[in-house]
Order: sequence, then structure tokens, then C-alpha cells
Amino acid sequence: MIVVACIKQVPDTTQVQIDPVTNTLIRDGIPFIVNPYDSHALEESLRLKESHGFRAVALSMGPPNAEATLRKALAAGVDRSILLSDRVFGGADTLSTSNVLAAAIEKLAQEDEIGIVFCGKQTIDGDTAQVGPGIAVRLGFSQLTLVDRIEKIDLAKKTVTVRRKLEGRYEIVEARLPAMITVVRELNRPRYPTVPMRLASAKAQVELWNNEVLKLDVNTVGLKGSPTWVSRIFSPQRSEGEILGDGLKDPVGAALLLVDRLLEKDLLAV
Amino acid sequence: MQQSLFTALLIASLVLFCFSCYRRLSLVAVGTGEYRFDQPLIRLKEMLVYAIGQKRVVRRPFGLNHGVIFWGFLVLALANAEFLISGVFPGLSFQLLPKTLAGALSFAFDVCSLATLVAVLVAAVRRTVRPPFPEARTFEAYFILGMIALLMTAYFGMHAAEIALGKVPAGATLPVSSALAGLLAAPALAVVLPGLPETFWWLHALVLLGFMNFLPFSKHMHILTAIPNVFLRTLGRPNCQEREQFAEGNRYGANSIDQMSWKDLLDSFSCTECGRCQNVCPAASTGKSLNPRLVVHALKENLLENGRSVTTGRPAALIGSDCGQSAEASLWSCTSCGACMEACPVFIEHLPKVVKMRRHLVQMEAKFPEELLNFFENIEQRSNPWGMAPSERVKWASQIEVPTFEAGKTEYLLFVGCSGAFDARNKQVTVALTKVLDAAGVSYGILGKEEKCCGESVRRLGNEYLFELVAQQSVEQFRSKGVTKVITQCPHCYNTLKNDFRQYGLELEVVHHSELIKELLDAQALQVGTVQELGDVVLHDSCYLGRHNGVYDAPRATVLELTGTPVKELERNRENAFCCGAGGGRMWLEEHEGTPINKNRVQEALAKDPDTICVACPFCMTMFEDGLKDHAGATTQVKDIAEIVALGLKGAAS
Repeated sequence: MIVVACIKQVPDTTQVQIDPVTNTLIRDGIPFIVNPYDSHALEESLRLKESHGFRAVALSMGPPNAEATLRKALAAGVDRSILLSDRVFGGADTLSTSNVLAAAIEKLAQEDEIGIVFCGKQTIDGDTAQVGPGIAVRLGFSQLTLVDRIEKIDLAKKTVTVRRKLEGRYEIVEARLPAMITVVRELNRPRYPTVPMRLASAKAQVELWNNEVLKLDVNTVGLKGSPTWVSRIFSPQRSEGEILGDGLKDPVGAALLLVDRLLEKDLLAV
Repeated sequence: MQQSLFTALLIASLVLFCFSCYRRLSLVAVGTGEYRFDQPLIRLKEMLVYAIGQKRVVRRPFGLNHGVIFWGFLVLALANAEFLISGVFPGLSFQLLPKTLAGALSFAFDVCSLATLVAVLVAAVRRTVRPPFPEARTFEAYFILGMIALLMTAYFGMHAAEIALGKVPAGATLPVSSALAGLLAAPALAVVLPGLPETFWWLHALVLLGFMNFLPFSKHMHILTAIPNVFLRTLGRPNCQEREQFAEGNRYGANSIDQMSWKDLLDSFSCTECGRCQNVCPAASTGKSLNPRLVVHALKENLLENGRSVTTGRPAALIGSDCGQSAEASLWSCTSCGACMEACPVFIEHLPKVVKMRRHLVQMEAKFPEELLNFFENIEQRSNPWGMAPSERVKWASQIEVPTFEAGKTEYLLFVGCSGAFDARNKQVTVALTKVLDAAGVSYGILGKEEKCCGESVRRLGNEYLFELVAQQSVEQFRSKGVTKVITQCPHCYNTLKNDFRQYGLELEVVHHSELIKELLDAQALQVGTVQELGDVVLHDSCYLGRHNGVYDAPRATVLELTGTPVKELERNRENAFCCGAGGGRMWLEEHEGTPINKNRVQEALAKDPDTICVACPFCMTMFEDGLKDHAGATTQVKDIAEIVALGLKGAAS
């Protein structure tokens, strides 16, 4: 059985600035990182590899330099890393991205049964949280989002039980396998690669699947297959801060002022 | 009869002794290679000063007592050699020498034996009444003292009985034995007296040979290993660790004795468990499980247990909670302050062993306290410990003009360091430092956004692979920008740029700001007035400036210049200074075990009732500022040396 982790290389958003003229992200010189939520997806796939003997495969759609991200997955311990990269995949929105990822997972399914596909709950650059659910819908997999704990996997009955972390409550859900699970950061603590694994991953092969391999209709992928596009990106205007009270002379008074202000703006949940 | 029996015994003892020594000492050969024979003349000199001269031993209370036993032993080695030789060849003794020389030797032996006996008794009383550390009252320790006392007693018995019998004349050459002879001449002993010389002679012979064969199996082995251990010490200061070779198939760090160097293993045989290292260790003295003495002791036990099987199988782990192992938690509590190494009379190097074991944990097993996951990733990803955006690195200079470093145009690179660039309190220090440099007309520039963390904590934490990446980037950057002279305000950056980077072939002229300010004051390039508002100033020595690099005087001289009065010294100062708790990567770790190290040091400082605590390190600054928060109402302020000097600039202007 195969466990898939979908991971995305994203610009380190703390370092990203927006070009005011073109309304695009200035990516020059900005280092790329693995989308933080995806590193938890990757970690969980490795844990299932260890606990249930799954074969762990890391998938990423992106430009050729996304290979670095997949190499990190190899250093962490996945069995295979596959880069889905082709010029025709470029400019994709969440719909066409999920088309490509779903096609790749279907292709993997020809080799062995797919158990679980893990995705991060969202990426820190797009923040849409749509690609995982898109994959689930296109493949007809059970869809389990915002998971913070895998309660049980029953391979005989082919079910998985998870805990979903929702606002103010948890939800325990059982679903049929195969399932697509999006994960939150509380799920696990990603491992740090050992040096021998890092050195070995530097030499390991990252497989490249382009559209010659996936054979998708070019009208369903990339910019052509994207019904949405970004018309403008901008930084919101931030109003000037203010200093409440005198925190040095009267810290309690200042704190009370702050609480009043927060209540006034309905920012405190009581 | 007696002569041939003794000869046979002596030969058997010597053979057994040599065999035992060989069996034990040859175990160090399982360690990795390391060259320790460069600069033999300097090594010889240091050996004479520290081993023969006992320079470090006598520094502490009762050290002189050890000195007496040691120097007594050196003199008595001659007496014992004579004893063994004349036991085989009865005519061969010092009596063949000219009479005055023979007399002088006898006198020396007699007096040294008494001095040794007294010193051994003092040692026994001290161990009982005020032991060097609580677990020091071992059978082994008393047995060793007892054997030495017995040897001295037999020596006196032998000589006193001969004098009492009139075989040897009493006199000034044997003052102690002659005095004792009077006691033996008592009528009550008349019957046994004729047999006493032979009885004491045999007692002396058996104790001597027996003790000799006990040596290799005890901590008293140090009398054989300590002197060579001093000869083989790291010349200079052991302030950075060896590089590792990264290639597929290699193992990193150490989790078995064959991954330690032969010198690490020899260190374990040189320890005589005096406990000085544990008494000065900030972790051990604040209730943490780390005990530097036991780290070395565990290594010895592991070596004795696994030394023979190392070639046949994988020897037992060095890290763990069993006998012969060091626990993970204890390895993580080391602050790399170097107090243990400074205290060790025989120059055992504890820190490299701890770092080697940390390297194993981080690099082979990815096992480390969880706080470090973000720390390591932040350094790798964003080149600073907090994961701040590199573009924020110059925010401290948003209100002032600071030039960018350019070779040929600016003399010095001001390496701000991560704390100086990102930490709110330490940013004030950086600004103060630029004011001082500007006032003195120093030509300097910064790297700005391009500056990267030097990787000091990463290296001490055992992530050598990451340090290698970081160091190579920085070294490359310094080379391409033509940096040759650097000012640092952080002793950790200072040590890394100055010492660690040298291993990468980069020789920089690095000055800490406290040294540079001292030079500027001396050259009268910097004009300062007297600062009144500091009140009583105590000075905290940073480990990486003091112990690891020997800078003690510059900050003191500077404060003196600024305030007109010498700093008040803390109880533990200069090479005995107590760490603030942030070294060795501890800055980035929670302190779960025992009591916080910084509180200990803050209390020590407050005991002097200072108005100002002067520091010269951003980590110390953070630890003191934090520690003072527990003392509500304390008006003591913490100031970096640069801030103190910046205050003096105002005085000069007015």
C-alpha cells in the first residue's frame, strides 16, 4: 500500500515583498522552503511507513528547482520523490493543480493500492486550502480535513479514524480508505534529517514526470485549465499603533485600558 | 636466602606491573588518531610548569598538600630505587657516594618521608571532615592514603630500628629516624628490637611492590598518566572543536569508545577524581545531572569494559543511563563554559567529549531537545536563531547612518551578530558601540542584510554538518568581500570568527569591542569624561572572552578609566568566573533541571550590592536582565561595556 505526501515549495513568506507595479510577489533572492503544513504531512507519511509498512511517496508539482524540496523529503526518509513539472503545468490555479496531482496519484495506483494521501491544510503562499480537497473529489477518495490526530487505521476493514481540529471543538471521524487527509501542525513534530540521510539524498534520484508521462489534456492543466487568476496582490493598509496609558508607571491601569479596548472592538472571546 | 627471595619477587612484580600497565594503556589505541606531538619544547616546558611544578594543583585549598606528597614522591623515588637495587645487590647503595652527598640524600629522604606522612594524614582528615565532593569518601581513596602512610611508617621503622641497634649512627643526616630510635630503644621492646629492621624492611618491600601492582587498577594510575597527559595537552586554549569529514559511509560524533580520540581515552586514565571540575561546573552546581568528572569516569569504565571487544563487535554505547554511559540530559546541560577544563590540574578536556557525543545525537540520531528543531531550521533557512526575516537585520540602524563594509574604503568590518541585530536590548548596545567608534574616528562598515549567523551555538550543540554549511558560506563571503579585520561585540562571534574559521583557512584579525575600546583609550583616540551615574560597578567575565580567549584586563581597565575606580570583583572572577548559563547553545534551550544558572550568578553579583553590572556579551546581557527580573525592586542595572563608554562620551563633550 502506498502513502502519498503532497508537498509544495513556497517562497519564505516572511521575506516576501509585493511589487507594487506588477502586483506580483518579488521572488528574486527569496529562499524557498517546504510549505510548513506540508512538512507535517510528510512526517505523517513517514510514520505510517514505519508503523504500517506503507511505501512513502512524496509528490510535488512545481518548476524544476522544486527538486530541492523533494530531495529534502528523500533525506527525511521517503522511498520515492516525484516532481511533476512541465511548461504546460505553469500558471495553474488550485483546480488545475489538483488535476495534475490527481493524475499522478492515479498513475501510482497502477503500481500499488493507494492508502492515504496527506496534504498540508493549506499553503502559506496561496492560503486557499483547496488543492487537497480537489484531489479527493477528483479521485473519489474520502476527504478528511484539518486532522490533528490519526486515531486508528484498520487495514482489514480498510478504514481510518481521525480527529479533526475545528474551532472550539474536535470531531472524531471514521472514513473508508483510500482517503485524502489534510493536516494541521499539531499532528506531529517533523523529524530532522540525520547527516547520513542528507548525504544519501544528495545522490538519490528525484523522478521527473512531465505531461508526456501524465498525458493530460492541455486544456485541463496550467493557465489554460485555470478558471481563476489573481488580478491584484497588495499589502493591506495598517493603521498607526497607539500607546495606551503609562505602562511604566501604572502597568495595571494600562492593562485595564487594553482589555476595555479589546472588548469594545469585540476582539475577545469570553 | 632473603636476597634471592626478594629478587624473585621483584622480577615477578615488575613483570606483572608492566603487563598490567600495557594491558590497560594499550586500550587507548582503539581511539581515533590525533597528532599531539607538535612543538615538543613548548610541551616540555608546560609539562615542567604544570605537572612537575604543580601550578594548577596548588591554586586551590589543599593543593599544596598534594604538592608536598608529589614532590616528596619525586625525592623518595630515588630512595625507593636504592631500596630495590640494594635488595638485589646488597652492596649497591648511596653509601658508595661521597659522604656529604650520601648524608644530604639521607637527610632529604628522612625529611621528605615525614612531610609525606604528615601530608597524607592531613589528606585523610580533610577527606573525612571536608571532602572535596560529597561522594569522595571512597574505600579506594583511603586505601591509597593508607598504603602511602604504611610505606612511610615502614621506612622510619627500618631506619629507627637500625639506629636503636647501633648499626647506623644517629645524627643530623637522619633527624626524624634518630628521634624515633629513642622510642624503639625502650626496654619493653628489647626482645623484639633485633628483628625489627628485617621486619620493617620486608613490610616496606611488600607494601612497595604490592602498591605498585595495585596502581594500574586504581585511580592512582594518574601518577603514571598525568605527566604525559599534561605534555599532550591542547596547546593554547581548547576553544573550538575538530572538524568532521562528511562523506557517505562515515559515522559522526561519538557513541562508542573507538569514536573518541586516543587522547580522550588517555584523559580518562589521567583523572584522579579530585572533583574540581564538578565543583566549578555551572550545571553540576545548580542541580543538573551533568557532572564533568563522571563524564570522564564513564568513558574510562566503558573503555575497560569494551576496549578488547571493539575490534570484534560494536562496543556498548557511550550515551545512556547505565554504568559507563553519560545520559542525554546531562550532555545537553553543558554550557561549554570551559570552567572544568580550566580547573583540571592535568588538563583533561571535557568539552570536546561532550560535543562529540552531542554530534552523535544530532547527526546520527536526530535526537535533541525539541526547541532546537526550530533553532536549527531558522539558522539554515534564515541565517539567524529566531527565524526573523534577514531584511530585518539592519533595523537597529534605521535611525542612524552606518556605512556598509567595502574593502579599501573601510578598515574594519563591524560584525554585529544576531543578538546585536535582532534582540531589543542588545540593539541598544550596537547603537552605543557605533557612537563610540564614530567618536574615535574608527573606519568601519557592516554587511547589513547580508550578514549571517556565525554558527557558534550550532557548533557547540553538535550540529557540525550545519556549522560546516554556515561556516563555508561566511568564509566565502568574507573572502569575496576582502574582509581582514573584524570588530565583534559578541564573544561567541569573536571566538568563531577568530578560532573556528581558522580551521577553514581564514585568518582574520578579530578584536572584541572591549579590546578595541581599550586600545583607542590608550592611544587617546577616544576622549571620555568620568561617568558618575554608574555607582559601584561589578564586572561579569564572559566565558568566551575570558577563559576561552584570555581577555580579562581590557574591560577592567576601561571601566577604571570611565569611573575612576576599579570594578568590584565578584566572588568567582576571571578564570574562575561562573557562566551566565547561555553558552554551549543553552541560550536556545529551556532549563528544566535544577535551578537556573543565571539566577545563581545574579545572586552572586547582587551580594556585592552593585549599582551596575557590567557585561561584555549579548548572551550574558540577556541572562542578567532576565535574572534581575526576579528581584523586584532591585535598582541594579546591566550595562554593556560599550554603553558605559558611550556615557563617557557625553562627559567629554560637556
